[in-house]
Amino acid sequence: MSTTSGIPFKRKQTRKNTLEFHIMVWIPLLFLLIFNYGPMFGIVIAFKNYKPGLGIFGSPWVGLQYFQRIFLMDDTMRALRNTLIIALMKVIANLAFPVCFALLLNEVRVRTYKRVVQTITYLPYFLSWVVLSGILIDLLSPDGGMVNQFLGFLRIEPIYFLGDKNVFRKTLMVTDVWKNFGYNTIVYLAALTGVDPTLYEAAAVDGAGRWKQTIHITLPGIATFVALMTILGIGQILNAGFDQVFNLYNVSVYETGDIIDTLVYRLGIQQQQYSFSTAVGLFKSIVSLILISLSNFLANRYAGYRVF
Amino acid sequence: MKEYASPSRKVFLVFNYLLITLITITCILPLIHILAVSFSSSGYVDSGLVTLWPKGFTLASYRFVIKNEKFWKAFGITLLRIAVGVPFNTVLAILMAYPMSKDAEQFPARRVYICFFLFTMIFNGGLVPTFLLVKGLGLLDSVWALVLPHALNIFNAVVLMNFFRGIPKEIEESALLDGAGQSYILIRLYLPLAKPCLATIILFSFMHHWNSWMDGRIYMNFSDNYPLQTYLQTILSASDNILLSAMNSGDLQSIADMLLVNGRNLRASQIFISIIPVLMVYPFLQKYFTTGLVIGSVKG
Repeated sequence: MSTTSGIPFKRKQTRKNTLEFHIMVWIPLLFLLIFNYGPMFGIVIAFKNYKPGLGIFGSPWVGLQYFQRIFLMDDTMRALRNTLIIALMKVIANLAFPVCFALLLNEVRVRTYKRVVQTITYLPYFLSWVVLSGILIDLLSPDGGMVNQFLGFLRIEPIYFLGDKNVFRKTLMVTDVWKNFGYNTIVYLAALTGVDPTLYEAAAVDGAGRWKQTIHITLPGIATFVALMTILGIGQILNAGFDQVFNLYNVSVYETGDIIDTLVYRLGIQQQQYSFSTAVGLFKSIVSLILISLSNFLANRYAGYRVF
Repeated sequence: MKEYASPSRKVFLVFNYLLITLITITCILPLIHILAVSFSSSGYVDSGLVTLWPKGFTLASYRFVIKNEKFWKAFGITLLRIAVGVPFNTVLAILMAYPMSKDAEQFPARRVYICFFLFTMIFNGGLVPTFLLVKGLGLLDSVWALVLPHALNIFNAVVLMNFFRGIPKEIEESALLDGAGQSYILIRLYLPLAKPCLATIILFSFMHHWNSWMDGRIYMNFSDNYPLQTYLQTILSASDNILLSAMNSGDLQSIADMLLVNGRNLRASQIFISIIPVLMVYPFLQKYFTTGLVIGSVKG
């Protein structure tokens, strides 16, 4: 082992240093072992008929019974379908809208204006879904909500954004974009500033206007990055956004709005079907694990992305 | 660089500014609307006359909230979880980030540890097993249930780790030659240099504790122990309870106020009060947030 100054460390000193490293690491690791790895052993209750009175060890084994039930029950298959559809809608919308907004904002040359726009647009990102849903329920209310009043002004019938099962998914998508696009735009703006400015100058000399510059320089310049974000988004395809759905949905939109996470919550915490809920959760976790690993592998392979 | 603006470019720019302004307004309008509703009296709110400016201005709903013990109790629990939770988050993130920022040559075991940390980002035991663990440890209904399960935030630690990596190695090497230990190097040299990044992760963890509601809902059996967001969540569906309790209290001012409040402006005022702290830290968030985001996304 050598240093840049060229003086080799004494072996003893290196040992001592690593000992301190080990001590440091073990403190957070201990928390991780208890609160993150601990529950992983609790997963066995998915294969047992868990009764709180009998404890995890005392409850009888039932094999894969609960996993079979996942595929037999309408509720679970419906939740799986809704999760995939809602998450896919969000991945696409959360990509397309911020990219367009970043492109538009990139054309703005007045810096103060740009900063004010960014300050305002990423404010909703910092508010919780509890608060936002409180606001949205008021705004979207079919009687007297501001949005429906505006629609009435345009002679459009009131829309039950949160109560109509045909509209609910779109409401989820739009409100999710509304909350997050300010944040996402920052990321894409950073990617846009990374495009080599000499390319634009060269294109301008060749007579390319703004529009052509956008098509031939800007878009290819951020294509890799956009692809990377898409791949990483696909890894999250089973996360349709528990906080948002839970705070906005109600029984009348379960058919199109109930997702795996909300179902797991209702089964596990409200109905106390501990084993079945754990089985559904485990099923999701395993599929997610595979998808995330795959997407990270692809992201690494094609865009050089690494988590660490 | 002065550029020539063709007529079509000018038209585009005008539309561009208009469109961006319009989109920006949609982000702020809902908040202004909520503020206006909270200051309006119930009659106007119910007949849908309030849009962006209070109608029939009244502080009645705020007077109700101020007298509402449950609201302040929940507020207090949130402050408590911040006071306990943020130091936990910060110290644990530092303790993970510092050794992990060393390369494998200096700290060979890093490779093994990092797998342990990474794995928790992509797999977890799930809702029910975590609940049963917290219950088994006897943490239900205590503030520790809100602090300990997420005491280590891997994302924050990674942000900090990447920052530590950007600090020139020569600083550490010269200190080592002078006989300094690693804890000395971390506390006296690295942490002062990492102040902007520490500010970022402290703000992140503040926001996490301020906005969390799910853990309060799961781990608290009694609604008296709810943190603010969990409390808000329950009233967003059933805020008329406050009205009932005011009616029973027999307080004259409250009874007079009851003519001016209803579910909607009560909800609005509580939502608004709960946003104020976020608005207060927002300028700081903004200052450090972009830096943190950029640091976090630079992978090495």
